[in-house]
Amino acid sequence: MNKYEKYIRYQTFPTPWCPGCGDGIVLKSIAMAFSDLNLDPNDIIVIAGIGCSGRMPTFFNTNTLHTTHGRALTFATGVKLSRPDKLVVVISGDGDALAIGGNHLIHAARRNIGIKMILINNGVYGMTGGQVSPLTPQKFITETTPYGNIEPKFHPAELMIAARATFVARETVNRTVQLKEVIKKSFQHKGFSVVEAISNCHINLGRKNKMKNPVKMTKWIAERTVTKAQYEKMTTEERAHKYPVGILEENTDRYEYSELYHKHIVPAAKEAAKKNNKK
Amino acid sequence: MSKRKVFQGNIIVAKAAIAAGCDFFAGYPITPSSEVSQHLSKEFPKMGRDFIQMEDEISALGACIGASLSGKKVLTATSGPGFSLMQEHLGLAVMAEIPLVIVNVMRGGPSTGIPTKPSQADMMQTRWGTHGDHPIIVLYPAFADEIFSETVRAFNLSEKFWNPVILLLDEVIAKAHEDIEIPEKKDINIYTEKVNVIKDLNIYDRNIGENPPRVDFFKGYPIHIDGLEHDSHGWPTSDPATADKMQHLRMQKIYHFQDEIIKFNEYHMEDAEIMVFAFGVSARAALSAVREARDEGIKVGLFQPLTIWPFPKKALQERFRKVKKVLTVEMNMGQIKYEIERVSSDDVMKKTLLRANGIPFTPKEIVNSIKEFTK
Repeated sequence: MNKYEKYIRYQTFPTPWCPGCGDGIVLKSIAMAFSDLNLDPNDIIVIAGIGCSGRMPTFFNTNTLHTTHGRALTFATGVKLSRPDKLVVVISGDGDALAIGGNHLIHAARRNIGIKMILINNGVYGMTGGQVSPLTPQKFITETTPYGNIEPKFHPAELMIAARATFVARETVNRTVQLKEVIKKSFQHKGFSVVEAISNCHINLGRKNKMKNPVKMTKWIAERTVTKAQYEKMTTEERAHKYPVGILEENTDRYEYSELYHKHIVPAAKEAAKKNNKK
Repeated sequence: MSKRKVFQGNIIVAKAAIAAGCDFFAGYPITPSSEVSQHLSKEFPKMGRDFIQMEDEISALGACIGASLSGKKVLTATSGPGFSLMQEHLGLAVMAEIPLVIVNVMRGGPSTGIPTKPSQADMMQTRWGTHGDHPIIVLYPAFADEIFSETVRAFNLSEKFWNPVILLLDEVIAKAHEDIEIPEKKDINIYTEKVNVIKDLNIYDRNIGENPPRVDFFKGYPIHIDGLEHDSHGWPTSDPATADKMQHLRMQKIYHFQDEIIKFNEYHMEDAEIMVFAFGVSARAALSAVREARDEGIKVGLFQPLTIWPFPKKALQERFRKVKKVLTVEMNMGQIKYEIERVSSDDVMKKTLLRANGIPFTPKEIVNSIKEFTK
């Protein structure tokens, strides 16, 4: 047995994912990050919403919670504030995190609550059969954009930086070693972190857009991603349809929310109460 | 010397929650319930307990569920529109059998309604608001002392039955300042179901009446909690036999114990020929009305349910063997009257006094209605 398999709950297999889906790579990357950090499964909780990504917690041999569509972060906020000592991981898809759950996402980032978010971006609603998502590229054909998508997409990593997230990274399922490494780094970060993992849905997005197998689709992903260093050297024209990967934001100056509450608000309130009693 | 002190209804809820051992609150401001969260934002940090204001009511209940699963006793407070937003998460809490308390200080509806006026508008939303068949416990105090005792009871029942409990309040009662005697700590009965160590994955495995599920994280065994229908391990399933078993387990854990859950008060019912059925602020006016009518020689009594759901069917059916006239008074366009119709036979005459314009009934109006009923 490999070391990371301690964190895999084989009793709940098989997964509901299609053959070749990038979700399996993300699952293994997270388990390997747990393993590298030698974490006690009882000190970890993995929470997710609805969709293909929503099913992922079931397969971790840690505390796991499968919640409602888009709202995993809200449950995670309750857990983290109650148990600041635990590693709270949220797994989300692009529809889950940025459509129905967009409000919770920006507020969790703003609070800088120590939740570790893995945002799997496959650009489509996979579980429901391939409808347009807030991250579907323009002109793409989906089940609900049969004549091509006319909506511009979010750039989630940049959106998270604007929402004041203190750790933001982007990786792809092609770059498995780097993906595992940024996930590990995000777990070590104190505040809110988000790792955008660009993934392939060749079944529900690729098939309708001339990328019917995982090879074609991951190749397309590779063509559109460059390292942060490469990106910085590029001209504006060259940057069109290119996305930098790696750690895009890391700020350790801001307090994590639950720490701020328990180490600053609680003592301040107790002190104020004492003074009030003396009067 | 009397220990009675004057507090606002919402503050009594907050004080009772503190006394009951509630140590986590997540909420979102909404009239007329905001004082509950304001009071706890001040008091909880002093005690090292957790308070957070979330970005909406959906996230407020989500955070409460997360905290409850992490071993906290949790509360949120809201009003009709906020309660509507909570329905999906309320369903998850029922499905996964998670204890929590929601205070709903009702206001008129639908939609934004009349935020600053009372309405007994959510009688059915509390019962059937979330989708699917589900058990629910709803308590409804009318008098100041009952606000305290029913809040404590809400926490106790949620802990005992591992189910959400909703506490209904009327806007006028929540906003009014009244004198009450806060009980001494030793006189408050607090029920806490302690989960110490979880030893296996069979967290939902039990028969009706046996130990509750063990839905507590970080207790030494990595458990899975799901909003999907699940087997005894909490793992998702769509197997019809398992779904059938789990649905019955959840429904029956409340109905099996309904005698323990259902509480009501009766006033002047001994020889009553007419029963007034009223709750919350309407019960207060009804009590005065019953006494006035009695002074005029009318044999009338009041049945005031403290538990709305499960509905006190058995107790009412016993009363209806003798009492053949029932006047239902409610500040809505007719919700609980259908329950009265359901639990009474055709030989019981039914009359209603209904209004949903934000003005509570006066005792005089109820007396007039009682008098008409004697004819």
